[in-house]
Parts: sequence; structure tokens; C-alpha cells
Amino acid sequence: MPERTVTIASRTGLHARPAKLFVQAAQAQGVPVRIRVGDGRPAPATSMLAVLALGAVQGTEVTLTADDGPGAEAALDSLAALLARDLDAEQASGA
Amino acid sequence: MTSAEGARTAGTERAPAAGTLRGLGVSPGRAAGRVCRMAGPPRLPARLPVADAAREAALALRALEEVAADLAARAGRTSDAEAGAILEAQSFMAADPGLRETVEENLAAGMDAGHAVDAACDHHRRALLEAGGYFAERAADLDDIRNRAVAAVLGLPVPGIPDPGHPFVLVAEDLAPADTVNLDPATVLALVTEKGGPTSHTAILARSRGLPAVVACRGALEIGEGSWVSVDGTAGEVGTGLGEQDAEEILRRAAGERRRLAASTGPGRTADGHGVELLLNIGSAADLGSGVDAEGVGLFRTEFLFLGRKDAPGFEEQVAAYEAVLRAVPGGKVVVRTLDAGTDKPLPFLGLPEEPNPALGVRGLRVGRLRQEVLDVQLDAVAEAARASGVRPWVMAPMVTTAGEAADFAARARARGITRVGAMIEVPAAALRADHLLRELDFLSIGTNDLSQYAFAADRQHGELADLLDPWQAGLLRLVAECARAGRAAGKPVGVCGEAAADPLLATVLTGLGVTSLSMSAPSLAPVRERLARTSLARCEANARIALDADDPAVARKAVAEETAAGHAA
Repeated sequence: MPERTVTIASRTGLHARPAKLFVQAAQAQGVPVRIRVGDGRPAPATSMLAVLALGAVQGTEVTLTADDGPGAEAALDSLAALLARDLDAEQASGA
Repeated sequence: MTSAEGARTAGTERAPAAGTLRGLGVSPGRAAGRVCRMAGPPRLPARLPVADAAREAALALRALEEVAADLAARAGRTSDAEAGAILEAQSFMAADPGLRETVEENLAAGMDAGHAVDAACDHHRRALLEAGGYFAERAADLDDIRNRAVAAVLGLPVPGIPDPGHPFVLVAEDLAPADTVNLDPATVLALVTEKGGPTSHTAILARSRGLPAVVACRGALEIGEGSWVSVDGTAGEVGTGLGEQDAEEILRRAAGERRRLAASTGPGRTADGHGVELLLNIGSAADLGSGVDAEGVGLFRTEFLFLGRKDAPGFEEQVAAYEAVLRAVPGGKVVVRTLDAGTDKPLPFLGLPEEPNPALGVRGLRVGRLRQEVLDVQLDAVAEAARASGVRPWVMAPMVTTAGEAADFAARARARGITRVGAMIEVPAAALRADHLLRELDFLSIGTNDLSQYAFAADRQHGELADLLDPWQAGLLRLVAECARAGRAAGKPVGVCGEAAADPLLATVLTGLGVTSLSMSAPSLAPVRERLARTSLARCEANARIALDADDPAVARKAVAEETAAGHAA
């Protein structure tokens, strides 16, 4: 099963705007993606409530997984890349 | 028939009976309009056996969709960017596929629609609370979604500020800060609450927006939805059984009254020229705004600089904040109150131990018993701001209780070059010894809110005791009279800076008692100025005698209103 482990870069963690951008991106993928912290229970990346409940702050390592299939690798790559960016800083600088 | 019964009749009959509900007038002015009630959170009936699972599922899921759509629509309508972002995030949560999935699981387990939604929101709410920190703060958003969705399932009105599409009088049990984010002053004509007191959030909000308001109004929630009422925020009365034309007439007269008030300017004085300084209560230079017609600042609450801080603001930061205020007041009359922490205003950095009864504990000047350096640094900063601005401020301490405390504070202030030193009178013991306090001090300022709380042994936050906190209580006025007499004897000013000063009719009583200045929030200035300008000093003194003699605040208010009106007509 393909997976990516990535460190949350946003200053406020997976909260507020960064969480919303991540969930919206996950909803736009063609394949269901799950997210977990450590060995915790995987949560659907398309659920804002589930993502918030991870309690992931800046520096938390999260793991994204998807079932094998067309588009899975690409979906994980793009979502992992999003989490590796400081989305708060991009907002502050007007990006 | 009691007034509450009158209201019930008004709620159930097509042609409502005329009646008057009485409460506390906490924000002056008159208005009239149709009642819109703010619905409370819906109560879920006991679980029902499900007869038609498909119907329950449709109900539950449609409720969530409606809530999401409604929140998104409100986000689009608001002009406040921050409020819009909050509503949008909340809409996103209501549409959450995870929430929907949990609702579907609950339905599959045999729950009815209401309970399926309720339990699903509770499930996710607990998950957020477990995540802790700022994730846990989002739990309140889920509470709101739960209330909205359950109301939709049960066919009850949407909780929160109503949006009927026409101007209305908002009637609620009480208002919390969160309820008022979207309160649009263009459509809300007046506020009426069943609970609350003179210093409740509703009262403060209403005064800051200049909306007439009546709180602690028993029977308010029984006024019929959509019926026409009049609101008199000065007298504390809500009139029921009006017609649309009556309401229009009241609004027309209220607009005329506002024009008349706007025309009254200049220093405060009675009809025969006795001067009463009219001053402003502020928390920072930002509250001074432009075009405020006051003779100075009667209460500069410095603690707003300290609230929500992990560390005490440094000397330089304090100097800058105080200097900004001293420079911004034309004429330079500013009364600075030193830090008033404690009870309802805890400051983490003070590290004060928890107390079983904080209202009677270490607060105000008493903080010096544990952390003298905090107050000393503040006095240093005020003295430096005075030097830098060339303005000589008046400086007073809160919660002074004995002449000994007054002497100690005065010595500390004078050692730093502060020349006008005073005390707040909030403790009855201090009022009774006002003459002795004035041997040490240059002025007194009476904080009627706390003085009421302590004189009547009634918590300011306690809605059930609001009648005891009525500033027309003769027991309170007698303490004010004692201070004013001491001030006159010593030739030193004695002002009032509590909510009592903002009531135009009570202002004539206070003036009659010998109070030399009245300090209030900006919207109250014009009504007080205008009322004083129409009332002679002799009338004020007669009003003071009436009020001191009355055993019932409502009787005092009514008698003073009638006598004063007769005086104007004569």
C-alpha cells in the first residue's frame, strides 16, 4: 500500500486555513486518502473534523496512505507536498 | 393582572392587550418595532422507536445540508471579513463527510434523526476536545451546528440572532458575546432580555452601539413573536399591545429626540448654570474617537493594557499607552485609574493564589499587598507619561477601603511627582469614611457598580439579584450623599463613574446630592447633558430628596420623572 510520511510545516499545524486547504485538496483527488499520526487510527483526509481531531501541530509527522491503484501515487505526492509547505506564511505574505 | 400576564395574553391573542413589562433600563433611548425572539438551543425529546428508517435518514441528512447552506449564505452576506471566515469554516464543518458518515452509522443503529445528529456531533466534539489546545476550541462550532441541525430536524426556529428581513426588537433570555458577532445595528432596533443586570454583556453591548435596552425584564420571553412593542431604555419599560402606527409614531419621535440631543453641546450645566463636569469612561486612546463632546476623561481603565498577557507590560510600553491618552484629550483632564485586577478580571502574570471568594479577596489596590512592584512600575510610567506630555493627570486607585490605604497610595504617587491623587469609592466602609479619606486625597470617584455589589451583598453577575443592583436604591444613594457631603466640606471634587452616571434622570439626583462630575460611555453623554440643561439645581436637589426618601427604586424613578417633567412644563 503506497504511503508518504511528512512533517507538518504550517505554523498553526493542521488547523484553521492549512487544515481547510488540505481537506479541500484531498476532496479533489480521485482516490480516497487516509491520514494518521504515528501508529494511530487512520482518518479520512476528506473530513475536516477527523483531520482536526488528529491534533497535528507544526513538526508532527503524519503518514498519508491510499489503496493501490491508478492515481494513488500522484495523489499522495501532491498532498504530501502541500503539508510540507508553511501555508500560514504563504497567507501572511499574500501568496 | 400582573404585567407578565399581560404579556402572555399578548402572545396568544390576535388583538393583544396593552400592557407594560418592567425591567432595568440599561441603555437610554426609545424605539418600537416587531418582536423577534432569539431561540435558545433546542431540547431533544426522549428517543422514539423508528417506524420509517428512510424518512429519518432523509430528515437528518437534509438538516445537515440546510445548516451548511445557511451558514454559507450568512458568510456571503456579512461585510465583516473575520466573521465571514468563521461562518465559512463552520459551514465546511456542517458539510463534513466524516460527520455525515457518523450520522449514517447512528441511523443504521436505529436512532431517530434528532438523536443521530446529536450523537454524531457529540462524538466529533469529544474527539476535538481530546486533541486539546486550539483544536479543542473548535468544539463550540460543533455545538452550534448541533443546535442548528437538531432544530431543523424538529422544525424549531433556528437558534441565534434571527433574520426576519425587517427591522426588529430582539428579545432573548440573555445575550452572550458569541451571539452578537452578527448583530446588525441597521436591523436591530432595541434589545430586551429576560435575564442580565446593569453590567451584563447585553447592557455593555447596547450602550456601545447606542441601542435602547431593557434587561432583567420578567415576562419578556412570553411576548408574542412578531407583535409590536415599544422599548424605553431610560425608564426600563417595554410596552405591549401596540399597532404598527403607534410604533411608527414612537420611532418618529425618537428620531426627533436624537436630533434634539445632537444639538446639545458644550460643558455640563443645569438650567440655572450650575456646572457638572461631563466626562468619558475609556479603556485606551482608541475609545476617544473623533468628535466626542466631553470635558475630559473621568475614568481611564488601564487594565485593558494588562489583560490576556503572560507578562506584565514593561515600563516603556506603559508610558507610550498613557502618554497617547494624555495627549489625545483636549484640555488634558484625564483621571487615570491604576490597575484593577482580581475577580472578573484575572491576570495570569500576577500569579495570585486562587481564592474561594475573589470578589472579597485581593483585588484593586490590594494587589499591592502581594505584588507592590507591579503598582509601583505603573505609577512610575504614569509619572513619566505626565512629564513627557506636559499634562498633569489625576490618578486614583481602585478598591481603597481605609484612610490608611489612601495615605499609603497618596504617598507613593506624590513621591513620583503626581499632584492630584484620589480614590475610587467602591467599598461601603470607604464611603462612610469619605471625610477621612479626603484628608489624604485630592478627589474621590464613586464606582456605583461595585459599591452596589458590596453594599447590597449582591453579586454583579447574578441575574436573579438585578433589582438589588438598581442604582436608584436609596441605600446606595445615601452612600453617594455621604461622599458628596465630605467633598463639599473639604472643597474637593467628588465624581461618579459607574453606570448610574449614564442615566439622565438619575444624573439630576446625583447632581442634587452634590456630585461634581459624571463619567460615562460616549453614547450616554448627550442625553445626560440635555436633561441637566433642562433641570434647575433646586429641582435636582428636590429630586435627590425624593430618591433618598423612597423605599422602592421604581417608585423613586417614577416620582422623580413626574416631578421633573412637571418642572419642564412649568
